[in-house]
Amino acid sequence: MYESLASFAQTWGMLLFIALFLTAGAYALWPRNQQKFDEAARVPLEDHDRPAAADEADRTHKDRNDG
Amino acid sequence: MAEKTKKANPIWAWHKKVLEQNSIMLTGGVLVVVSIGGLVEIAPLFYLDETIEEVEGVRPYSPLALMGRDIYIREGCYTCHSQMVRPLRDEVERYGHYSLAAESMYDRPFQWGSKRTGPDLARVGGKYSDEWHRDHMRDPRSVVPESIMPPYAFLETTPLEVEVVEGRMRALTRLGTPYDELGRLENAVSDVYTQLDPFAADYDGFLERYPGAPVRDFDGNPDMVSELDALIAYLQILGTMVDFSTYEAEADENLR
Amino acid sequence: MSAAAASNKTGFDASAMVVAGLLGLGALWSLISAAAGADAAIRVHAWVIGAGFLAGLFMMARIYGDGGLDNDKTQYNENVIKAGVIASMFWGVAGLLVGVIIAFQLAFPALLSFDAFPQLNFGRLRPVHTSAVIFAFGGNVLIATSFYVVQRTCRTRIAGGIWPWFVFWGYQLFIVVAATGYLLGITQGKEYAEPEWYADLWLTLVWVAYLLVFLATLMRRKEPHLYVANWFYLAFIVTIAMLHVVNNLAMPASLFGARSYSAFAGVQDALTQWWYGHNAVGFFLTAGFLAIMYYFIPKRAERPVYSYRLSIIHFWALIFIYIWAGPHHLHYTALPEWAQTLGMTFSIMLWMPSWGGMINGLMTLSGAWDRLRTDPVIRMLVVSVAFYGMSTFEGPVMSVRAVNSLSHYTDWTIGHVHSGALGWVGFISFGAIYCLVPWLWKRAGMYSKALIEWHFWIATIGILLYITSMWVSGIMQGLMWRAYNSLGFLEYSFVQTVEAMHPYYIIRGLGGVLYLTGALLMVWNVYKTIKGDVREKDEAVKPQSAAIQQPAE
Repeated sequence: MYESLASFAQTWGMLLFIALFLTAGAYALWPRNQQKFDEAARVPLEDHDRPAAADEADRTHKDRNDG
Repeated sequence: MAEKTKKANPIWAWHKKVLEQNSIMLTGGVLVVVSIGGLVEIAPLFYLDETIEEVEGVRPYSPLALMGRDIYIREGCYTCHSQMVRPLRDEVERYGHYSLAAESMYDRPFQWGSKRTGPDLARVGGKYSDEWHRDHMRDPRSVVPESIMPPYAFLETTPLEVEVVEGRMRALTRLGTPYDELGRLENAVSDVYTQLDPFAADYDGFLERYPGAPVRDFDGNPDMVSELDALIAYLQILGTMVDFSTYEAEADENLR
Repeated sequence: MSAAAASNKTGFDASAMVVAGLLGLGALWSLISAAAGADAAIRVHAWVIGAGFLAGLFMMARIYGDGGLDNDKTQYNENVIKAGVIASMFWGVAGLLVGVIIAFQLAFPALLSFDAFPQLNFGRLRPVHTSAVIFAFGGNVLIATSFYVVQRTCRTRIAGGIWPWFVFWGYQLFIVVAATGYLLGITQGKEYAEPEWYADLWLTLVWVAYLLVFLATLMRRKEPHLYVANWFYLAFIVTIAMLHVVNNLAMPASLFGARSYSAFAGVQDALTQWWYGHNAVGFFLTAGFLAIMYYFIPKRAERPVYSYRLSIIHFWALIFIYIWAGPHHLHYTALPEWAQTLGMTFSIMLWMPSWGGMINGLMTLSGAWDRLRTDPVIRMLVVSVAFYGMSTFEGPVMSVRAVNSLSHYTDWTIGHVHSGALGWVGFISFGAIYCLVPWLWKRAGMYSKALIEWHFWIATIGILLYITSMWVSGIMQGLMWRAYNSLGFLEYSFVQTVEAMHPYYIIRGLGGVLYLTGALLMVWNVYKTIKGDVREKDEAVKPQSAAIQQPAE
């Protein structure tokens, strides 16, 4: 059991980890995601006094305070 | 705002659908990443026979020592004392043979510690007399003037809660400690008294169940089974179970 | 009461019923344990626990007798955050105070140990200190800020009606149960996981509720983006749940008794414990507080985080690597060497994501460096990130086996921990509190900016005294332990090395006193701010501009 666990960890386990990590890296660096990230980075800066109303569409809200 | 332009993007519709679930996906991702790391590192130890070399002499604690160990934990001794001699020249010379994994195989929890505000105790057994321990617990500075240990004088006046020992041994048995062998469970409470009295009727039976256990009145007060009895019984067995005069670290079965 | 107002109350709903059921069960268990518990310790402790459950039931009766909790979906739930801020400060001061006491116990043992009160010995107070600062102070800061950040960045009221309150009060109960247990000598004997099985079980319930509240809030968000701070909070909550459950697996000696035994023994227990212990640092004291960094520094500096891409890489790299680093606590022990090497390797790799995160935090200020001079809160936040950088550099160095052979078991470790705890965790928490208090209580700013300056400088000097004295004493003791004389004998007896520590223990204690003093200044400042005595207009605070439409309560 130890042998098989250890050999799995050292081969497929390692490859899986590398693949997962590369995926995360690619996601972060993918050029098309840049705009999304720019928007996301501004999320904390947009001040909202209260939660978005239930009928307020996700993308149409206009920031009332600093929009 | 920049986000307005996104509306035309055809990917957006798909993205929005995923969005509803992606906090769950993130949770899943985190779980996968953090659990694999732990599994690969820890799981093998449970299957690795060599993690714990079989070493002659290591046996479960006697009921009195077990109670003493619980007191050791209760008082937080592990916050200042380690029980792990590392294979470094100065440690081996200061404390004795380096610790073997087998020596803590019945330790639930392990008490290797992380700080030596006081000295390592892995091999303190037999190093000092019971009288020394008594004085030391009453007032550490009476025997070691520079000591910064708090006094534990109340231990010798506090009666030991003997009645709980069997329940504790049963719990440990359920976890795999072999208290169910050699009649250890059946004699749990009586063994506490036997270990305190070299003239007890069951002296031989006790030593069969717990080979090498010291049998005497540890706190010097035969009228009461005190917490100090238990604690000294524990301290005096620490690191003494393995006979290092016959232990061969280089023997085939001890190499890993 | 008008119909409209009434509709904003929850009434005694299903959630309330479940919570009441849990409290009732807890009270019943306490009653049985108090009357017929298996050991003397539980028969005392159960009274404390039972009182906690009864207080909970009493609180619920009062609230639901009055129609239930407010549940106005058009408002953020800020009351639970206010409670969290106050609890943080209370436990922070308590934890620091106990820390100062035990520091001086090591310096003046004869003066500060009491034969009649074994409850106050170092061995029992030390877990009170560690649990109070890490779990009580740190945990409350994390719960409060996470509830704030998740609502604001998701633009939605926190989910779950009574459940956020259950998380808050349940967590306080856990802390009280744990701390009173230590004083009574009830402990599992595993560092940073000392609470016994019943406290662990209760914390598991609370933590699962926390996770569900957080997840449910994320899922009903009105904002398309899941801001990166939430990732860190989520990783913190999920991983702590896993670590807590696995490391605390234990067999109670009695279902109505205090004592339990770890499901693991010896080597396995050691590795499980330090897998837990190190990742408590990684996911509680790092990931959670990084979430604070990623929200509060951009917010306070009024500029977006330096690189969002870097934050994503930071996140994944950090959680990938951290989880492996635990075995560096077990160098040269009976743990197999491959596991030690693995732990060391990953610890060194950890340096990179840590510094990536530090750069991201610091560089957020690029173009606004003058704020360091003018705004003591920004300075506190930024210095905390600098301390984060320092201790995440020191950590990998100490994880190298050769260094570790010297540093392990000495005060160097204590100094390292405190540069992270006082510098990073403490300062980022204080910074967040200084931001949150005016925002939550709708004040133009803190009562006194000068007091924040004083807090910053006093605490900084305190930290420097603390960590430098521990460096010196730790390295000195490590060297003394391994010193040989010309005849080839050990140069010093153990107790000679203890004696040599004395001056450093005093300096360390003084450092702690300064740090505590700073925290007390903060408490006073916050008290005056909440009371409404805002003395000077703090231009750095741009309040969340709700003062007009939204009264404080």
